Amino acid sequence: MASYSTHPGGPSGALPARSAHDEPNRKGTNDPGTVLGLIATGALAATAIGVATARARQHDRDRRPPDDAPARTAVRNRMGDYALVGKTVTINKPKAELYAFFRDFQNLPKFMENVRAITPRAEGDATRHDWQIRAPGGRTVDVITEVTEDREGEMIGWRSVEGSDIKTTGHVAFKDAPAGRGTEVELVIAYDAPFGAAGRMVAKVMQAEPHIQARRDLKRFKMLMETGEIATSQMHP
Amino acid sequence: MRALTWHGRHDVRVDNVPDPAIVNPRDAIVKITSTAICGSDLHLYDAVIPGMKKGDVLGHEFMGEVVETGPKSTLEKGQRVVIPFTIACGSCFFCENDLYSACDNSNPVEKQDASEALYGHAMSSLFGYSHLTGGYSGGQAEYVRVPFSDVGPQVIPDGMSDDEVLFLSDILPTGWMGAENADIKPGDTVAVWGCGPVGLFAVQSAMIMGAGKVIAIDHYPNRLRLAKELGAEVIDFKLTDVREALMEMSGGLGPDAVIDAVGMEAHGFTAGNMLDTVKQRFGIGADSADALRQAIMCVRKGGRVSMPGVYGGLVDDFPIGALMEKGLQVKTGQTHVQRYTADLLKRIQDGEIDTTFLISHHLPLEEAPKGYKNFHDNQDEWTKVVLKPH
Repeated sequence: MASYSTHPGGPSGALPARSAHDEPNRKGTNDPGTVLGLIATGALAATAIGVATARARQHDRDRRPPDDAPARTAVRNRMGDYALVGKTVTINKPKAELYAFFRDFQNLPKFMENVRAITPRAEGDATRHDWQIRAPGGRTVDVITEVTEDREGEMIGWRSVEGSDIKTTGHVAFKDAPAGRGTEVELVIAYDAPFGAAGRMVAKVMQAEPHIQARRDLKRFKMLMETGEIATSQMHP
Repeated sequence: MRALTWHGRHDVRVDNVPDPAIVNPRDAIVKITSTAICGSDLHLYDAVIPGMKKGDVLGHEFMGEVVETGPKSTLEKGQRVVIPFTIACGSCFFCENDLYSACDNSNPVEKQDASEALYGHAMSSLFGYSHLTGGYSGGQAEYVRVPFSDVGPQVIPDGMSDDEVLFLSDILPTGWMGAENADIKPGDTVAVWGCGPVGLFAVQSAMIMGAGKVIAIDHYPNRLRLAKELGAEVIDFKLTDVREALMEMSGGLGPDAVIDAVGMEAHGFTAGNMLDTVKQRFGIGADSADALRQAIMCVRKGGRVSMPGVYGGLVDDFPIGALMEKGLQVKTGQTHVQRYTADLLKRIQDGEIDTTFLISHHLPLEEAPKGYKNFHDNQDEWTKVVLKPH
């Protein structure tokens, strides 16, 4: 996960010229439209400067050697057509205990707000599961996953298989935190968002954006593991 | 039940709201016997703290009797308890290191996004104090739901009155931590800005911690009198040039430590402060920080700056040069109440600390709006209001 490159080109390349060609008809110097024209020219100039700056920044990024930060924290964050989200949280519990709770996938809806239910495909099948995920607009996305990697106490990886509504792959990794602080838990999910960028935008408005969801879900996991409950300011159950 | 609810700037009302119930296993329900209006409630009253919603129940200084317990609570029905205003889980990294107001687990996840954006991290929840810090209903009510009741509440022995122990919930530990953060060495000169409840308790605490001289600064004559009665020398900033006076009263050195017990709504008539106030009124983000500016300018080189006063946003014209060039140390933060309650309760029992001198008014809960108005408008005489819901 750490070494893919965040470039190339990017969407910024498509924007500049079109607005220059679309500039409205020129009018006489005394026309009140002149003021608007000047403003429009100013706006175009600002856009041009913005685009040039963005290109310069991209060029600068392309020239730099990679750093040690996780790829998902890059300022441009894509993996081909996939969106990539990931979060790390430190939980004050031993990794064996956290792994065991997570490995029973039926526990995940307890802290994953948008996961309605996870059920084994067959009685006793610990590798293939049906996930019912809440999606924007009250819909449900069904995903079938198979466990692709399972290292006890260390890591669980999964990916979606044929018959799923979206393509997704993810892993959770557990490693000892420094200075006896418990376990660093890293959750990484790459997904092909429904309806691409527009879908993500709608989802973001509805707070179902996976990036926010991953952070919130991990924090709920932490609360449940550290305190046995999930904090709420509700006055009633 | 009846509860004091927030509706906007200078608009608080006693309304009917639903009784609270046990929600999580570690909860308890407490029937409130005494609850106070805090100086920081006035920041809500003035609507300068973000994240408030109409109908929010205020109040974070309260105590009462346990009437219901969740299956994982360690309290028993009938016990009298004082509740810390910071809600803390007791088992995260921060709680284990006595940093209770930084608790990772008490602020509901969906409420953390805004404070992460504003502060970089979400802090612990506080009772009755904006949705940035959890949106929990407060204690200016007949009943309250207390989360993590196995960690926070301090059980009070029989024979101690509410007035003797109520301030363990916030202002006494806050004044105490304000003095502790000033890292006082025996014989030190300590200057305290603000003779409100926290400032007065900071004066008292600094004395106990061995300060040689405590100088208290305010402009309300009655509050200055209270500080004087606690043993402080006082400066009225309407009569006296504060910096000049502090230099002269500390042998030309400046105080060894300074305590800003004023916070974001400083009074005063310097140009900087008036500009801050205007910006704050129009909601453009600036905290009024004149007490802090002055404290930083006055403290001696290599001195210590403690900030128990509350700030919520950004500040302009901060004397960053003085801070760096003079090599100052700064300590601040919402109070880690749970760190101090047992120790301070013992000091009250031993007669070392008395907090009852502060209370100027007892009112029934129904008269809480009157209490807010007078505490806000007439700070000289209304030093502390205790509400009685039952």
